[in-house]
Amino acid sequence: MLTVYQEIISPYQYLPGGIIEAYHAMQKKYGYIPEDAIAAAAQAFNMSKAQAYGVATFYSYFKVGKRGKNVIRICESAPCHIAGADQVVAALEKELGIKMGETTADGKFTLEFTECVGQCQATPVITVNSKPYGDLTAEKIPGVLAEYK
Amino acid sequence: MELIKLIINGKEVEAPAGSTILQAAENAGIPIPRLCYDPDLSPLGACRLCVVEIEGNRLLPASCVTPVSPGMIVHTDSPAVVEARKTILELLIANHPLDCMTCDKLGACKLADYCYQYGVKESAFQGEKHSYAIDESNPFIIRDLNKCILCGACVRACEEMTGKDNLSYLHRGFHRKATTAGDVPYIDSDCVFCGQCVAVCPTGALTEKSMAGKARRWDLERVTTTCPFCGTGCNFDLAVNQGKVIGVLSNPDAPVNGRSLCVKGRFGWDFIYNEKRLKTPLIKRNGKFEEASWDEAFELIAQKFNENKAKNGPDSFAALSSARCTNEENFLVQKFTRAHLGTNNVDHCARTCHAPSVAGLANSFGSGAMTNIIAEISDEAELLFLIGINPTEAYPVVGYKMRQAARKGCKLVVCDPRRTELAAEADIWLRQKHGTDIPLLNGLMHIIIKEGLEDKKFIAERTENYEAMKALAAEYTPERVSEITGVAVEDLYRVARLYATTDKAMIFYSLGITEHICGTRNVMSIANLAMLTGHIGRPGVGVNPVRGQNNVQGACDMGALPNVYSGYQSVTDQAAREKHEKTWGVSLPDKVGLKIPEMFEAAHEGKVKAMYILGENPVLTDPNANHIKEALERLDFFVVQELFLTETAEFADVVLPAASFAECDGTFTNTERRPQRVRKAIEPLPGQANWETICQMVTRMGYPMSYNHPSEIWAEMASLSPSMAGISFERMEKESVHWPCPSNDHPGTPILHIGKFTRGLGGFQPNEHIPPGELPDADYPILLCTGRVMQHYNVTTQYSAGLASVWDREMTEVNPQEAQKLGVVTGSRMKVTSRRGEVTTTVWVTERVQPGVIWMSHHHSDTPTNELTSPFVCDIAGTGEYKVCAVKIAKA
Repeated sequence: MLTVYQEIISPYQYLPGGIIEAYHAMQKKYGYIPEDAIAAAAQAFNMSKAQAYGVATFYSYFKVGKRGKNVIRICESAPCHIAGADQVVAALEKELGIKMGETTADGKFTLEFTECVGQCQATPVITVNSKPYGDLTAEKIPGVLAEYK
Repeated sequence: MELIKLIINGKEVEAPAGSTILQAAENAGIPIPRLCYDPDLSPLGACRLCVVEIEGNRLLPASCVTPVSPGMIVHTDSPAVVEARKTILELLIANHPLDCMTCDKLGACKLADYCYQYGVKESAFQGEKHSYAIDESNPFIIRDLNKCILCGACVRACEEMTGKDNLSYLHRGFHRKATTAGDVPYIDSDCVFCGQCVAVCPTGALTEKSMAGKARRWDLERVTTTCPFCGTGCNFDLAVNQGKVIGVLSNPDAPVNGRSLCVKGRFGWDFIYNEKRLKTPLIKRNGKFEEASWDEAFELIAQKFNENKAKNGPDSFAALSSARCTNEENFLVQKFTRAHLGTNNVDHCARTCHAPSVAGLANSFGSGAMTNIIAEISDEAELLFLIGINPTEAYPVVGYKMRQAARKGCKLVVCDPRRTELAAEADIWLRQKHGTDIPLLNGLMHIIIKEGLEDKKFIAERTENYEAMKALAAEYTPERVSEITGVAVEDLYRVARLYATTDKAMIFYSLGITEHICGTRNVMSIANLAMLTGHIGRPGVGVNPVRGQNNVQGACDMGALPNVYSGYQSVTDQAAREKHEKTWGVSLPDKVGLKIPEMFEAAHEGKVKAMYILGENPVLTDPNANHIKEALERLDFFVVQELFLTETAEFADVVLPAASFAECDGTFTNTERRPQRVRKAIEPLPGQANWETICQMVTRMGYPMSYNHPSEIWAEMASLSPSMAGISFERMEKESVHWPCPSNDHPGTPILHIGKFTRGLGGFQPNEHIPPGELPDADYPILLCTGRVMQHYNVTTQYSAGLASVWDREMTEVNPQEAQKLGVVTGSRMKVTSRRGEVTTTVWVTERVQPGVIWMSHHHSDTPTNELTSPFVCDIAGTGEYKVCAVKIAKA
């Protein structure tokens, strides 16, 4: 496994800030960043494991450790918050039977918070696998989920 | 340096260019509050508490990261500044458990102090609070990150003091956390438990577990003392509450280590309260120990030792003094051995470690100790050349300094068959085969001479016997050396050129050099290399044997050696002998006494019949242990003075209970020839200090010894020893000096051999390759190398509950290839057999060792590694070849 990670990392190894690109590549391949891949990145970029974790956990777009096939991300920035993001969260949690940050038992859905996704004209906003859905209400949630079930 | 003038709070202040406003203010006696700023760490500017007002500046900049500029007008406590600080404190405590009533840190909590100072009682800001689980999973440190203010001091301390890089900031915003990779508890991370993070934490987020609920900071008495483990000579404060030690606290004034310590120093002290401590004398009757009074014990000892001397002559007695004990105790042991029992048969465990350094460097330079000092690693060196030394484990604080120096651009060369931590960080790592140091060093000299990189002037003016050296080095061509050592030819060239052409290159070595059949010759070969390139007698160079025990330097200095009195005055020198005879009022033997291996050999042969051992455990620590046990069994009478009923004490007829370092006044001399105070923090558990016990025992034997305090013992020693004559307890209270220090007004001698070697001219001592005494063969195909691990000191740490719980067994390093062949994994049990014994151990599969080699420590009595080790000794110094023997391994 370690050699696979090294292969994914190697094109970025000598770029400035290349660890971020390497994490993107990792996430593209696996849908998340495997924990062992962080250790491999630390070694490749000559930084401590703790620092490599620091980079991986700083950006909300990166997810360390396994997650579901479909990643639902709810914006928790101020405009969405005021527009009622909490009701969208409650509806998603109820519909999927999991809490924020968790993954459904069938491995299909993961719920995560994110910072602003730049769609403030249509608050509250969620993204499913990077596709945005705006002007959401609790009632609209089952319909959105149906697309992915 | 250019001085900048500025005005702080209306006062004209001068500060060196480049200093910060905070430093300038502090130097002018104007304190500025700070949480994230720490003088030992890089500035961060994160907490904003140190903001100040600068006239003409719209913002309030953080003074810890703002440099001074000419004419600057600064206000450190204007209304705007005070308002800003209050707001910052309110923001901080908005998410802080205000449980100060039960917080152990109160009294040393900066957050609480500043809230008090600024009258901040509660926060106007309402919001979410953290509810992190408290990490109490390790025996040493409690981590309550709910009290963390994200000042990052712990992260910086881990990187910049220790260099372990175990901490960083995870997540972002409210969720940001200063924690380990993967946010796992310390115990599951790469943490080495040096506790530097605890020492710098300004709040109750990181605290010492041993002190939890025991005492508030203002209840503590702090007793500054010297660490009883390795030879670095770290100082710290014992935290004493109601007559009991409850912890160790860093002392920023510690001359060698500052606030840095290692796990042993900071957390290993609890051995002093181990329930197995001996508190009364024991006398063996019918094969069983029975408690006895001091009086009974002294009476029996006096009678037996005197009888033995009368019947069998003075040389039938031998004493082992101790590198663990104070200078004063060592001085007394060698004194009574010589003055009362009439023999020079006194030695100590320097014999098993650095005796080859003492002998080798005395041959080459004229005196056998570190030529330079530890501070030069950070302040002077441009290249650190390490050979046969694993500092991050054996002398952690020295190791931290080397790692930091290397990270700041100092070149690092490591010669070691094992992939140690510093080998992994080195610019060049030479992985020579075990026991091939002489050819390696000769090979480097060959290249240096061939390329004309030798220091011709230094050789001509300061050395002798160079032609012989040159002739021998000529034989060691790079190709031949590569063949013997396994080091690539081009690496030999790189290292030879780098060492020869770097102006300030320091050599450090340790037991990887000395514990060989050719130990003394290894040492002399290192001295040859240094002299060849003129790397001696100035700052940032030198030959530096780092000594492994807290007072192994001191025990040698005190004359606990068979050939010298204190200050290395030879027992065969008539003037020295007469001086001692006059002071001690007796006539003294002029024959050099027995070294440790000779003592045990003599016991085997029935020539030595009585022994006294202070604080040493040769059954566990000396090579070929079964041979030692047989020798002890043959003694007529044997006395041990010890903290615990050790493997060696089991053989004794009388055991005297000893006091620990926390219970005695005295001094330890560290590896850089620096005597430092050991201070009594608690009453001795056995009721009296070791020096008192020795004096009473010897007085009972008929030789009166009477002192009021250890300072009087030191004074007697100093009056007899020219090299330490200028050092006294009084002076040690004020300053820390390195011997030689011949008079009260002498500043001490940090660097030896400036301008002239102690012996006059430095002597090249050419040496041919001598292979180890026992190498793997068909019957015993694996090479066994031994040493110590970071968590343990040779002996004693096993009695620390905390240390024992994190590293409670021998973990033998086995290469993955070898492990696969054998069918073992990490945690498997394995049998190791040599021609002398067999032990069972636990396997650690790691690439630190090469295939065909295993590596073991000797800390655990369940796996007595020294039942396996080699019977071969260095022919000059008598030190055992711990580093190489042949074994076979099998799955257990």
